[in-house]
Amino acid sequence: MRAKIIVGGLVVVAAVVYLIVSSIGSSAQYYLTVKELREKGQTMTGRNLRVSGFVVGDSIAYNPQLSSLSFDIVNAHDELSSTVKVNTLKIVYTGPKPDLLQHEAQAIAEGKLNPDGTFVANNLLLKCPTRYEDQLPTPTPTH
Amino acid sequence: MVTDIGLIAVLLAFASGIYAIAASVHGARARREDWVTSARNAALIIAPLLTLSALTIIYSNLTGNYRLEYTAHVSSSATPTVLKITALWGGQNGSLLFWSWLMSIFVTGVMLRKWDNNRDLMPYVIAVTEVIQVFFLALVVLFANPFAKLWQTPTGEIGGAVFGASTLFTTLSSIGFGGIAQTLFAPPGSIPFTPADGQGLAPLLRHPGMVAHPPFLYLGFVGFTIPYAFAMAALLTGKTNDAWIRTTRRWTLMAWLFLGIGLLLGMRWAYDVLGWGGYWGWDAVENAALMPWISGTAFLHSVMIQEKRGMLKVWNMFLIILTFAQVILGTFITRTGVISSVHSFARSSIGVPFLAFTGLMLVGSVWLLLTRLDDLKSENKLDSLLSREAAFVAQNALFLIINLAVAIGTYFPIFSELIVNNKITVGAPYYDHVVGPLLAPLILLMGVAPLVSWRAASPQALGRTALTIPGPVTVVALVILFAVGIRNPWALLGMALIVYAGTVTVVEYARGVRARHRSPGEGWPMALWNLIGRNRRRYGGYLVHTGIVLMGVGVIGTHLYQQETQQALSIGQTLAIGNYQVTFRRLELVPSGQSDKKIISARVEVSEGGKPLMTLRPFQEQYTNGERMTPPALMGSMKEDLYVLLGGWEADGSLATFKVFINPLVNWLWLGGIVFILGTLVAAWPNVAEERRAWSVERRAMAPAAVRTR
Repeated sequence: MRAKIIVGGLVVVAAVVYLIVSSIGSSAQYYLTVKELREKGQTMTGRNLRVSGFVVGDSIAYNPQLSSLSFDIVNAHDELSSTVKVNTLKIVYTGPKPDLLQHEAQAIAEGKLNPDGTFVANNLLLKCPTRYEDQLPTPTPTH
Repeated sequence: MVTDIGLIAVLLAFASGIYAIAASVHGARARREDWVTSARNAALIIAPLLTLSALTIIYSNLTGNYRLEYTAHVSSSATPTVLKITALWGGQNGSLLFWSWLMSIFVTGVMLRKWDNNRDLMPYVIAVTEVIQVFFLALVVLFANPFAKLWQTPTGEIGGAVFGASTLFTTLSSIGFGGIAQTLFAPPGSIPFTPADGQGLAPLLRHPGMVAHPPFLYLGFVGFTIPYAFAMAALLTGKTNDAWIRTTRRWTLMAWLFLGIGLLLGMRWAYDVLGWGGYWGWDAVENAALMPWISGTAFLHSVMIQEKRGMLKVWNMFLIILTFAQVILGTFITRTGVISSVHSFARSSIGVPFLAFTGLMLVGSVWLLLTRLDDLKSENKLDSLLSREAAFVAQNALFLIINLAVAIGTYFPIFSELIVNNKITVGAPYYDHVVGPLLAPLILLMGVAPLVSWRAASPQALGRTALTIPGPVTVVALVILFAVGIRNPWALLGMALIVYAGTVTVVEYARGVRARHRSPGEGWPMALWNLIGRNRRRYGGYLVHTGIVLMGVGVIGTHLYQQETQQALSIGQTLAIGNYQVTFRRLELVPSGQSDKKIISARVEVSEGGKPLMTLRPFQEQYTNGERMTPPALMGSMKEDLYVLLGGWEADGSLATFKVFINPLVNWLWLGGIVFILGTLVAAWPNVAEERRAWSVERRAMAPAAVRTR
């Protein structure tokens, strides 16, 4: 009986290890910032990627007729105010405009990098800049 | 300020906890009953103290005391009253206080129970629970203090601190206690600061599901400290018989139930609020709450083998340690955001203490377990691979493998970032590929295991009960499914297993009811009532299985047969999905009743095959702070939900974009959830007579052994 258990156990372990390894391989996404993506450049073209950055409000363009959306993200929050934006990435997406898409919002785009340098997202995750956590009230003292 | 009273109450609770640890350990070692009683009293005072401090936070939120950092975060003048109250657990600092408060209530419940049966465990149960309580109170006091007030530094920065400006800030910071310094003291020269209004809760968190979800999750998390504390007490005293399992059985069930309800509410919240058509996204935070539930499920099953056959003692200890470790890790992950980025770990003030505590707790528990291995020898061997015991072992193995697979997926980004310096995440497809196939044998076992007899089952007898009725029923169901056009092999396999497991459960019920109807001559409803009443654990368990089966139907439907379309419609234009036609009629502004939001609603008509069914009003809420929320409008039946979202529109209202889903069988999931809750309640309902019997058996069994050792 011991032998049966050991053999059975090994078969199960092997099957599970195979399941896990193969699934990680096929669903792995590289999680990068805009800067990291720019540094790695074309080697990342065609891979499953997840890129995070901050939304540049002026760049948001949405066509409701076609449900096509595009906007730029920058690497860091302080780059939003600088005039020369070094690390920007153009995101294109088809679907309704997400509720939280606005200037300064933190965006995570999942999708692939096109050879032309634009990022085709199939999923957008947005975090509002004015979440109650990590954000203190603006200094407007009362008397 | 009222919250100063709350702060003092928390400090007193903290001190009581430390005293309770010291007094209980001393009482146990010196065999001084009076010290143990004193420790117990110290533990009992914590709940009233924390109740008081939680009330002061609620009072502060209600009265708009924006001087308090926490109130300024989670409350605002526009926040509805109910949400001002529930904002107690809306932010990190408050939720840690809330956690501690719930924990103190659980501990009170344990302290007030009758201790006649295992008085010797008591000092150690007090010590272990209070160590955990004190740790959370230390977080509340030193790292995430909800009683901090707002201060403005000479340079104009705004920050929260408990005690105000002090040179201690500089002193503490310079010796490496920057986190504690920031919590307690404001930089020298700071002046009090009161904002005009608070920020209020994020709109997403204003849904009733989000109001009720965290308390249930926390109740579940906190509840598992009780069986963990008894397990550790059993190891510490060397009383490693089944007393700790029997004593905590109902606590464990309740913790497991609360965690389950918390998960269900979270799913419902996601379905109703997030507007992506689903309910479970395999998000790190969701997984963090799921994992202790999985290992807790394994634990609930495997303790039955220890009670019946005296086996798997080490394994049960391991499972409760694992479950509790996952509870602490789960709280840690949800509160620090460490998964989304390792860097947020460094920024989070509670990250380092949490990790240190988890590490110490794991090392301590496992070391304790190893020192007691000799006491935890199995009383019996596995007699046959075809036995209830073997089925339980296989089931446990499957649960643990699923737990491990989820853990690997959840923590993968951390490992990959630490090892290859590349953050690699795995998404929903990973979990679908790995967990999906593992659920199949698990459901099969759920069906077969209750039919397998203990010790050794005869294959012929098992074949008869396992196949006579459930076999043909499953075949018929498969034929019907095939006839209505189901061809997806995963759907067919899943449904076959579900129908099989469901039928076995129904047959078990029917058999029991018929036996009662025949021999004691009870009427059918009475027979059913008594059948469940006399053996709540067993039939409650079957009811839980039924709930899981129903949920499985919903998961298969939504997972394999969801339909989705998206289209921009002008007024009067129609989109088609499945058999439905959805026609856009007009866009309107509806009064919201709240000053900080407006609601834009679309009126759409739904018809099926040209026959008008219903008018739906999907809408978008727009908050003055710029946040948006787009909940779906639903038309539901047991067959499917039509799930309509308003995506966007032209300013003149002539054109609007809609996203529409058909979620087949999704309501079976919610129905199954309710059945799961009912079943657990039945299984946990006290049965005084039966328990007294079990204890007296235990005492008789123990008596000769006790004599021998003396």
